[in-house]
Amino acid sequence: MYTLDSRLRGNDVMNWFPVWRRNFLVWKKLAGPSLLGNLADPMLYMLGLGYGLGALLPDVGGVPYLNFLAAGTLAYSVMNSASFETLYSAFSRMHVQKTWDAILNTPLDLRDVLLGELFWATSKSLLSGIAILLVIWVLGLYEDFALTLVLLPVAVLTGFCFAGLGLSINAVSPNYDFFLYYFTLAITPMVLLGGVFYPTTAFPAWLAAVAAWLPLTHAIELARPLILGQWPQGMLLHAAALLAYGMAGFVAALGLTRKRLLR
Amino acid sequence: MSPLSLRGLTKSYGGQRVVDGFDLELEPGRCHGLLGPNGAGKTTTLRLALGLIEADAGTLELLGHALPAEAKLARRRVGVVPQVDSLDPDFTVAENLQTYGRYFGLSAKTIAERIPALLDFAGLAGKADAPILTLSGGMKRRLTLARALVNDPDLVILDEPTTGLDPQARHLIWQGLRRLIAQGKTLLLTTHFMDEAERLCDVISVIDHGRVIARGSPRELIAGHIEPHVVEVFGEGLDEWKACVSGLCRRCEQAGETLFCYTDDPEKVVAELEAAPGLRYLHRPANLEDVFLKITGRDLRD
Ligand SMILES: Nc1ncnc2c1ncn2[C@@H]1O[C@H](COP(=O)(O)OP(=O)(O)OP(=O)(O)O)[C@@H](O)[C@H]1O
Ligand SMILES: [Mg+2]
Repeated sequence: MYTLDSRLRGNDVMNWFPVWRRNFLVWKKLAGPSLLGNLADPMLYMLGLGYGLGALLPDVGGVPYLNFLAAGTLAYSVMNSASFETLYSAFSRMHVQKTWDAILNTPLDLRDVLLGELFWATSKSLLSGIAILLVIWVLGLYEDFALTLVLLPVAVLTGFCFAGLGLSINAVSPNYDFFLYYFTLAITPMVLLGGVFYPTTAFPAWLAAVAAWLPLTHAIELARPLILGQWPQGMLLHAAALLAYGMAGFVAALGLTRKRLLR
Repeated sequence: MSPLSLRGLTKSYGGQRVVDGFDLELEPGRCHGLLGPNGAGKTTTLRLALGLIEADAGTLELLGHALPAEAKLARRRVGVVPQVDSLDPDFTVAENLQTYGRYFGLSAKTIAERIPALLDFAGLAGKADAPILTLSGGMKRRLTLARALVNDPDLVILDEPTTGLDPQARHLIWQGLRRLIAQGKTLLLTTHFMDEAERLCDVISVIDHGRVIARGSPRELIAGHIEPHVVEVFGEGLDEWKACVSGLCRRCEQAGETLFCYTDDPEKVVAELEAAPGLRYLHRPANLEDVFLKITGRDLRD
């Protein structure tokens, strides 16, 4: 018979790990195509826009357009990866395959499942970030190599943020089609207002004020200076904002998913 | 200690009492069946018993742990076969067992050692590396049963383990469940199949609208609730015959084209039927299904 001793409660802290590992093992089976997808899509964006549009543009903020675009692509790619994983993939595990229901019958609870999903989506999006970073390194789109290493924790924070937000959307989604609303109403506006493709310095004050609140803006405010060879201004604030968005999303996801599955 | 004890369990959805003052005390090493029509509250009761959802009222104890507070702890010693299949389609048979075992905190070594016996038990020896997509419905169900045993549970909870399976597949599952009972495990299963309940269960609770309306061993239920013989009558001229036979049996019930005559004295009914050449009949001992239909009624539930 088991007793509620401290050792067991201590183990609880890592309860999410088997869930993370389950997703990792499935991913590993298809890692090749998945990695290719991680790389190909953002690379085409970056190279197509960078060289295509870049040829028409003078330097942006004193750097070639491709260098400017690199930070946006990195943040965008990490955001997309975390969002897809916590929306489409998590939804099929939750709703279609009933994987979460199966896990909930074991000693794990919903928090463990959602933490596993949160950390998994964060890990996977970090991988997307690393893929872009490799391109940045290979093409030499940076000023200071050491500073580009700081992009790794930035990718983790960005992934965490959008994984948390994605899980909360997943919790209330009736079907796959619903995610289109999230992409049209949240992700796309963020891409357009967050400064992925162009600097937002020319925005009128009201639009700039809106943009300043967007999670993706915080990610880009961190990533862009790092690529351009400077420490970001208000670094802690941006990092805290990403963390806060992610945690708020996760807390909402936990409550909403509990309502959905366990009532 | 009772592996599972539920007292005064109540749960409502949208003002509707789905589980309504439910009491249950499992005996160790026995198989207990929950028998009830669609929507009777069987799955909801099991979810409550696992500490997955919170009851509106009542007390629950699972393997000595109070629920829902210690649910995670209690579930370490429980195996669950859910009503809906939830195998991992991306994994092979063995990978499904490995992954599931890790949710219980078992080491890879422990799980690997258990897998051959589990596959043997489920009649899936040699299928360790088969993808889930290649398994038949019966194999998937058996794998789900094996998965529920990966933590060597004391109590196994099965929600309609054989629904949707062909007779051969059902017999294989029953064989497995009888072996578990012989090993001393406690079973709690829900089913719509009377023969399944009759074959496997030491105690059956017939539930409807979230309440236990009859409880006992299959024999006790039959002896206590129904006349020992049934003559089913069908064919031409049933309506005229029905009018004159009612004195011969204790109870007559018509369902569609068939008249069910419940009686202590079947000879008289049969003699009467011999004189009615247009009619055909079937004389048989009463079974659990007759009890079930008598106490839950013949109306369709959904
Ligand atoms: N989460 C829920 N929210 C609202 N209603 C629910 C919920 N779960 C179950 N119900 C309702 O409670 C009733 C009992 O459901 P339950 O699944 O426990 O029945 P059951 O006996 O298992 O039926 P079946 O034989 O069809 O599996 C049904 O009317 C069902 O619609
Ligand atoms: Mg059910």
